[in-house]
Amino acid sequence: MSYKDLFIGFARSGLLGYGGGPSVIPLIRYEAVEKYKWMNDEEFGDILALANALPGPIATKMATYIGYRVKGTLGALVAVLSHIIPTVVAMIALLGSLYAMGQSAIIKGMIAAVGPVIGMMLAVMTYQFLQKTWKGMGIAGSIASIGVAIVALKFIGIHPAIMIAIFIAFAFIKTFIRNRAATEVSHQGSTMNRSVEK
Amino acid sequence: MIYLQLFWAFFISNILGYGGGPPSIPLIQAEVVDTYKWLTLKEFGDVLAIGNALPGPIATKMAAFVGFQVAGVAGATIALIATVLPSAIAMVILFKSVAYFKDSPYVKEMTKSVQPVVAVLLGILAYQFFIHAFYDSGMIHTAILAIGSFVAMEVIKIHPSIVIVSSLAYGAILLS
Repeated sequence: MSYKDLFIGFARSGLLGYGGGPSVIPLIRYEAVEKYKWMNDEEFGDILALANALPGPIATKMATYIGYRVKGTLGALVAVLSHIIPTVVAMIALLGSLYAMGQSAIIKGMIAAVGPVIGMMLAVMTYQFLQKTWKGMGIAGSIASIGVAIVALKFIGIHPAIMIAIFIAFAFIKTFIRNRAATEVSHQGSTMNRSVEK
Repeated sequence: MIYLQLFWAFFISNILGYGGGPPSIPLIQAEVVDTYKWLTLKEFGDVLAIGNALPGPIATKMAAFVGFQVAGVAGATIALIATVLPSAIAMVILFKSVAYFKDSPYVKEMTKSVQPVVAVLLGILAYQFFIHAFYDSGMIHTAILAIGSFVAMEVIKIHPSIVIVSSLAYGAILLS
């Protein structure tokens, strides 16, 4: 268990994972569980569960926590930095040089051609999130929530962050009420049982 | 002031992105393009394209580049800290109560509730990119690139970075 292992493990999983944080998780699992044996599969599952429950990017949460567990605060720093810095530098270098050559017709053509591809990638992601919505809420819930979201975001122009905060708050209240109703029902059930016993 | 704005923009768009980096993309777009006007929608598209072509987490790549464009290395650092640090600290502090979070009905409901909003935001964004492409490159090129990239990524399952590099080559030759 050394800083060097943390560095290599997280640099490697950061550089080999494509498609954003969620796709990196199996690679992090390989480094943490199989290669360096920092933890067993069950502990990794617990960490992943918490990372999924908290908001924000997944891979950096995993890197920070595993680094922290292995080598404390400095370990957390080493893990998260080695995970993100290589691609962050590549990103700035690549886009920076693209913009430095900005006015050439070839660069303009390249940038124009990327537009529809990005549009399509976003359309595919839209479809994936629609599927998740449908799975999570059923048909009626999906249509209602998507309808509300379209009207609020596109026609009324409510800020997306506020919109998401409202939806999260709504889900929280809904769960709270449902939980309370469930405990009340079980309370009533138990008093009824007692009166039957009498 | 600019550092505060950078911090706020990336803090808010990442802390509300339930389910990892990708759901944060439309929220980052709202702050960076609509609210603070640091980038045009087209430039944001370039960032997304290069971000998708490179490996590693997407949210941190976007934060670093936008921060760097706006306020140099210090800006990139601030944007990265705002993206990574809040949820990382929460992770370390809350790990002891993981058993509660793992099966909490609150967490499940809250994650679900974000999905329709993210779907609509991504849909609007996709639409905007198609409209821009249509005005810039015309119907035929837009259709070829859109349908071509769909078939390549979703049907033949070619790696996204290869699809993006190919579209860059297409643009260099046919759209320059």
